[in-house]
Amino acid sequence: MALRDKQGRPLVAVTGMGAVTSIGHGKDETWASLTAGRSGIKRISRFPTEGLRTTMAGTVDDVEVEDPFSAPMLSERFAVLAAEEAVSQAGLSHNDFPGALFIAVPPVEMEWPQREALADASGQTGDITYADLLKAAETGRFKAWHNLFIFGTVADRVADRFGTKGSPISLSTACSSGATAIQLGVEAIRRGETDAALCIGTDGSVNPESLIRFSLLSALSTQNENPEGASKPFSKNRDGFVMGEGGAALVLENADAAIARGAKILGYVLGAGERGDGFHRTRSSPDGAPGIAAIRAALDDAGLHPDRIDTINAHGTSTPENDKMEAMSCKAVFGERMATVPISSNKSMIGHTLTAAGAVEAVMSLMTILNGRIPPTINYNVPDPAIPLDVVPNVARDANVTTVLSNSFGFGGQNTCLVLGAEPA
Amino acid sequence: MTREVVVTGIGLVSNAGEGVEAHLQALAAGAPPRTDAERFAPHPVHPLAALDYDKQIPKKSDQRQMEAWQRIGVYAAGLALDAAGVKDDAELKARMHLVVAAGGGERDYAVDGQILTGLRQAENPGVFLNERLMGDLRPTLFLAQLSNLLAGNISIVHGVTGASRTFMGEESSGVDAIRIAQARIASGQNDIFLVGGAYNAERPDVLLIYEMGGFLWKQPYRPVRERGPEGGMILGSGACFLVLESREHAEARGAKPLAAIAGVASDRARREPGSVTKALTKLAGDLDAKPDLVISGATGVAEMTGEEMAAIAALAPQAAVRMTGDLIGHTMEGQAPAGVGLAAALIADGQASEALVTSVGHQRGEGAVRLVRASGA
Repeated sequence: MALRDKQGRPLVAVTGMGAVTSIGHGKDETWASLTAGRSGIKRISRFPTEGLRTTMAGTVDDVEVEDPFSAPMLSERFAVLAAEEAVSQAGLSHNDFPGALFIAVPPVEMEWPQREALADASGQTGDITYADLLKAAETGRFKAWHNLFIFGTVADRVADRFGTKGSPISLSTACSSGATAIQLGVEAIRRGETDAALCIGTDGSVNPESLIRFSLLSALSTQNENPEGASKPFSKNRDGFVMGEGGAALVLENADAAIARGAKILGYVLGAGERGDGFHRTRSSPDGAPGIAAIRAALDDAGLHPDRIDTINAHGTSTPENDKMEAMSCKAVFGERMATVPISSNKSMIGHTLTAAGAVEAVMSLMTILNGRIPPTINYNVPDPAIPLDVVPNVARDANVTTVLSNSFGFGGQNTCLVLGAEPA
Repeated sequence: MTREVVVTGIGLVSNAGEGVEAHLQALAAGAPPRTDAERFAPHPVHPLAALDYDKQIPKKSDQRQMEAWQRIGVYAAGLALDAAGVKDDAELKARMHLVVAAGGGERDYAVDGQILTGLRQAENPGVFLNERLMGDLRPTLFLAQLSNLLAGNISIVHGVTGASRTFMGEESSGVDAIRIAQARIASGQNDIFLVGGAYNAERPDVLLIYEMGGFLWKQPYRPVRERGPEGGMILGSGACFLVLESREHAEARGAKPLAAIAGVASDRARREPGSVTKALTKLAGDLDAKPDLVISGATGVAEMTGEEMAAIAALAPQAAVRMTGDLIGHTMEGQAPAGVGLAAALIADGQASEALVTSVGHQRGEGAVRLVRASGA
């Protein structure tokens, strides 16, 4: 008999997961660090930090890419590493994946080492302008950089590598991108377009200009003295997020198809919900309505009452604004019960992996279910009395967890929430 | 569930002006499109017609927060909402979903030039770069660069807040944006979408990317199919947004469907001689296309344009073939939405009964959209 959810749609099972983060290669190593309360935030060694207000990040320093470094190359590496792990666990072919690719990738643009190389090649000895760079480009010597710096290339290469089917979708919904990649996969399976989807979030964009851009928006923590202590979601003395990087991948399958081929089901994506916010480019509506609507939409999509959620994997960026709004939104949905619903932020250790975060945190949410342990929010030493929450302070907690809500809220009014579960709702 | 998906609003801006009417007139007139061959010589571009941004983006503060690619898109999105008769329906816009095909942008060209000049003499280039970027970048420029902030600005300016998703990946993202919106409506997941893409060609940084790859046409304008063995793209500034909804939803609110989207197909063939012809032939077959009108989004890049024309000649020998590039230039992420907008307008105008819109990416990705008259229209 076909497995269906309460709305009669195919159930979406997770049969493979992979992750690479600043605290571990692979989901198991990441999980071990996460539950041990180990931070991956450190002083940046990839480039000079003199003159910067923030000098730390959750970089992944032991993944090699060609010189000169570029964000799309590193993002592609993370995506491939995470997907290899996920596809292996699912027991599927590494070069003939039986379904579509949905991949959240950071926006791409040419970077400074490449601009400098073009400037050098132009022969201009006076003031450099884009006309000089264009002259250098005309030589044809830089042909490979066209493909490196267009937006579809990371997806194209990952699709080639794994043999995914159809036109791969590269997407961005800012800091909720990873969750959106999963949502797109869930929808495609429910519509019956595919029996499998490879959903990836990846981000390798810790470079000077990306860091400075967030810094100029005053979004980053400047508590550089003790990098490991800088990301402190929900604490009173939180002062911004810390950039992280990494990637995560999930193999989603129509549960029927997964069972038919004898795959081990790790869990289910029970629901996904989203809501836009037209209030401001970087701030959310003061009433929290869009965040609340996104959480409710995810619960409705899963067909679950809020009481059925055991724990929340918070967006929890450690910015004053996000954590306050997220607490308010959760309170509105969960009511009085919110005082006792554990809500923890992986970003306290991994940092904010931006485009990848929603996927990384979905994988860690499923690990929470599989291991019966809720990772802590570390650096929680000065609770914010305005947002009294059970953040699972500093130490992991054993608990029977069958259902997790994972929140992702981003710049530009992007809110996406996922409900992950051990069993069908 | 499979519901009919109809187009009820088109917002189109380009070198040919603003609005569907201006574009239909330009198509009928058949005169060469406007190009600017001087500003970025030797690269011609199709410059955007002058727009009165106040008409769609009333707040100057909003206009200032955007760079050109976003302003163009927000403007076209507003035209589409107007055309669909939903601009003043706040409740409807609050549940309308958005799929935007976007690149990113734009640089502060003067700052980039000064930094590159200074880096040559800098004692410590890394530190110099940090200091200059910290000191010289406008703090809000980032928000004008982020890919998803075209959607964000549409939400802010027009109040379209169901939720937005931004697809990236050059031409393919335009086709796939329409594909996913169509599928979500057809399956009953959502009722109404605003879908589209925008592009600013008048930017040295994008010309640089495509010049590195050797994809640009560097002579005076010639029609897409007449660029010979060298071939090349002439980039165009423009945007097209479409309001798509289920036929039931359109009828219930008294909106007139312009055309129906009967199917969207896309794929990614490994590029080799013959692959584009083969891929397009398959996609058109999957869609069961029997068009009397083809709107081709061909780039003008030689081999693939030739292959696309061969596929079209074989699958629709009687069809009228119009080139989007000969009207507005190549608008990259906006190319497929613009083709669909033109096709819907021509069907609504009685000039065609079935159209096939093609989109073959300059580097990768092949797509096709089949449009027909809406039921009862």
